[in-house]
Amino acid sequence: MKVVVIGAGVVGSLILRELSRYDLELTIIEKNLDVGWGVTKANSAILHAGYDDPVGSNRAKFCAKGNEMYTQLSEELDFEIKRIGSYVVAFSDEEKKVIEELYEQGKINGVPNLEIHDRTTLLEKEPNLSKDVKCGLWAPTAGITEPWMVAIAAIENAVSNGARVVLNERVIGFEKKGTRIIKVITDKNSYETDLVINAAGLFADQIAILAEAEYVPLHPRRGEYILLDKKVGSTVRSIIFPTPTKTSKGILVLPTIDGGLLLGPTAVDLPSDMKNEFKTTVEGLTQIKSFTKQLVPSLDFSQTVKTFCGLRPESPQKDFFIGASARVENFINVMAMRSPGLTAAPAIAKYVSQEIIQDELGLKLSEKKDFNPFRKGIKKIVELPLEQWQELVKKDPAAGRLVCYCNEVTESEIVEAIRRGARTLDGVKFRTRAMFGRCQGGFCSIKIMKILERELKTDMSQIAMKSPGSWIVDGKVRE
Amino acid sequence: MKTDVLVIGAGAAGMAAALSAAKNGATVALVDRDERTGGILNQCIHNGFGLHYFKEELTGPEYAERFSALLEKSQIKVLTDCHVHSVTPDKKALLVSPNGVFEVECKSIVYTAGARERPFGALMIPGDRPSGIFTAGVAQKYMNIENRLIGKRALILGSGDIGMIMARRLTLEGVEVVAVVERLPYSGGLLRNVIQCLEDYNIPLYLSSTVVEVRGKERLEEVVVAQVDKNYEPIPGTERVFKVDTLVLSVGLIPQVELLQNLVQFDRVSRGVLCSNIGQSTAEWIFAAGNCTVIYDLVDYVTMEGEKAGRYAALYAKGENFEKGIPIETGENVGVLFPRRYVSGEDLTVYLRSKRPIEKATLVVGNFERKYEDIMPSEMIRVKIPSQKLTGFDKLLVTLKEE
Repeated sequence: MKVVVIGAGVVGSLILRELSRYDLELTIIEKNLDVGWGVTKANSAILHAGYDDPVGSNRAKFCAKGNEMYTQLSEELDFEIKRIGSYVVAFSDEEKKVIEELYEQGKINGVPNLEIHDRTTLLEKEPNLSKDVKCGLWAPTAGITEPWMVAIAAIENAVSNGARVVLNERVIGFEKKGTRIIKVITDKNSYETDLVINAAGLFADQIAILAEAEYVPLHPRRGEYILLDKKVGSTVRSIIFPTPTKTSKGILVLPTIDGGLLLGPTAVDLPSDMKNEFKTTVEGLTQIKSFTKQLVPSLDFSQTVKTFCGLRPESPQKDFFIGASARVENFINVMAMRSPGLTAAPAIAKYVSQEIIQDELGLKLSEKKDFNPFRKGIKKIVELPLEQWQELVKKDPAAGRLVCYCNEVTESEIVEAIRRGARTLDGVKFRTRAMFGRCQGGFCSIKIMKILERELKTDMSQIAMKSPGSWIVDGKVRE
Repeated sequence: MKTDVLVIGAGAAGMAAALSAAKNGATVALVDRDERTGGILNQCIHNGFGLHYFKEELTGPEYAERFSALLEKSQIKVLTDCHVHSVTPDKKALLVSPNGVFEVECKSIVYTAGARERPFGALMIPGDRPSGIFTAGVAQKYMNIENRLIGKRALILGSGDIGMIMARRLTLEGVEVVAVVERLPYSGGLLRNVIQCLEDYNIPLYLSSTVVEVRGKERLEEVVVAQVDKNYEPIPGTERVFKVDTLVLSVGLIPQVELLQNLVQFDRVSRGVLCSNIGQSTAEWIFAAGNCTVIYDLVDYVTMEGEKAGRYAALYAKGENFEKGIPIETGENVGVLFPRRYVSGEDLTVYLRSKRPIEKATLVVGNFERKYEDIMPSEMIRVKIPSQKLTGFDKLLVTLKEE
């Protein structure tokens, strides 16, 4: 059976990986030059505990479960997670009441080990919090990860189990026979298929419309972020949420997995025709500064490394829209993956493969005998014990050549990232963390361009930052 | 590996420090993460270097070459393509290179790691995140070392020296430079560069202006510039859109000090390594010089401070001890200041920048006074103060008294 997954974000990638357990001909189609570059790339990178999703919602159904699955998943796929826990902090009696409600809701949603901490305990664990805090909801299962790395790892594992990845192709239509899709048509090719899974992120509604399937209208919700340098990364130890409002979890302060400090997101609903508007704004950045200062007054914005904007797909229902289409017999929607989409994704992938495909659609999937659940990440050489590093350099001198000084990434890791599919500067960046640090590529981006040029046997002018039109250098100064 | 003095960074300061430490009888290892010595000088192919130190005008590579030639003739162990991973209080450093990962045991260190450029991300400029935005140093390296053009039409934010030099360089290579934009009401670089790099090429310099938005989904397409008020806030209604594919940033250098994070103290203003007038940091075995201590205007001064730090690091390695000295503090109108402690015996060479332009002022340090005219923050003041003017104080206050 041929299966096409549309969209290689964290949801599509984990579904692909889940399906790669079975004897299937799998193809994933992604419009970007790399995987995990849509919604997956720019969000808070949190594994939510699951207390703030309405009881009975799809969000509640998958969040705590997905969260739990990340432990095994991160071991099998060798990406980093850190269960640093989260606090929702209250500054008033009204907010305290909300926290108590969240505590109860969390228990119903199956969130383990929730506790309400008083001011003293809270300030002991988070001494940089505003002294005005009253109490906090502690969720020890909450954690952080690198969302794009989840997608990269899942895709690499799926590929090693036989899946095919198609990048830089946009799905523009479907060929149907009656109510069945027989071909997925892209701007460059077409792909025969027996089953289509729509995990197209922000654009999943448009894909469903092309397929004449059910959908919920999606609009982007803009979230801006400020990233601070590693130097101030330990300002907080856990994820700090303000007390949520009806619309949003609020603007947070949290450590990133590589030791920085992330502040954001804002939450501004944009019209549905602005799905490509990744602009940061004066208002947004100002709002982040003033809100996070109320949570953590000592924040030092002179340590800003970068600001960026992500879009998350929101629907009127504010819930995931997951299910087999009734109108198109071989089409499955996995859309409106707003927060906690990242957390829920592994549970949803399981749900799609077992309950939708096998139980509901009645498709018999046979497990591969040789399925390999493991994938090894690119080894972080600087973290090796000294003797191992020394041994490695004897065999591979590039393991002793530092390219990115801020995050200490060696040439050997850059070469490995390219071997695994990085074709752009951002491709290298998201796989290795090179150029992610405080100099933002000031020292290493040219070196990385030269390594890309050498390894891909191309010319520097052909290498882009992130998309075909994002060229970096042009002709030569002198021929 | 063992050495008396380990010099970290082989730019102008490091090369001078290594040579001077060797001249003072120490065994020296000079480490640089680049493939060759010379540091940023290698990519500064314009002239204007060496007027004070060599009394002649050289290009960056020529200036570097004078020192590399001396290094070659010396007994100094030069390790290039070699990154210092860590330095520990037991006077050991872990070095990483394609030839191996190894420890160096030393008696003293001269830290001469230079500076990094403030990146675009740190500026919090709203808008898209396209390609085509370069710091001036990166643009310079693409053009001068890699022989690559970085675009067709460029705007430059920040009128620091490198920004203006890049404006000229881009123009000479056929890239149209539509404007240099400066937030301050005056240029951020040397006056000679305003004339030689901008005015001579009819490149407009917009003062009290800044970039308020960048646009472009893939490559940069437009830059929005607005005038700013006294508090550097953009004035609504003054926006102008420039269609450019390239934005070059010359918005400041930051001393590169992270390696010493838990070993020494830093200057709150310059954010560089806090040093005495003999280049000694607050850890007595660590000396420092150059742009990792304070951002200089001229490489000549970096060389001179490097030589001094190298000499004292060698003396320290041989067992000499130096007093801690008295604090030097910033007074009225004084912004960045170097050094921050004074050890008697030597004359004191002070480097400072005024906080704002001043027409006439008197610099006062201890019993020393000197009058200055047309002081600009962008032009560093350097003055050598005889030690006899500095006796009898328990701290020195550096002030620029406006007249």
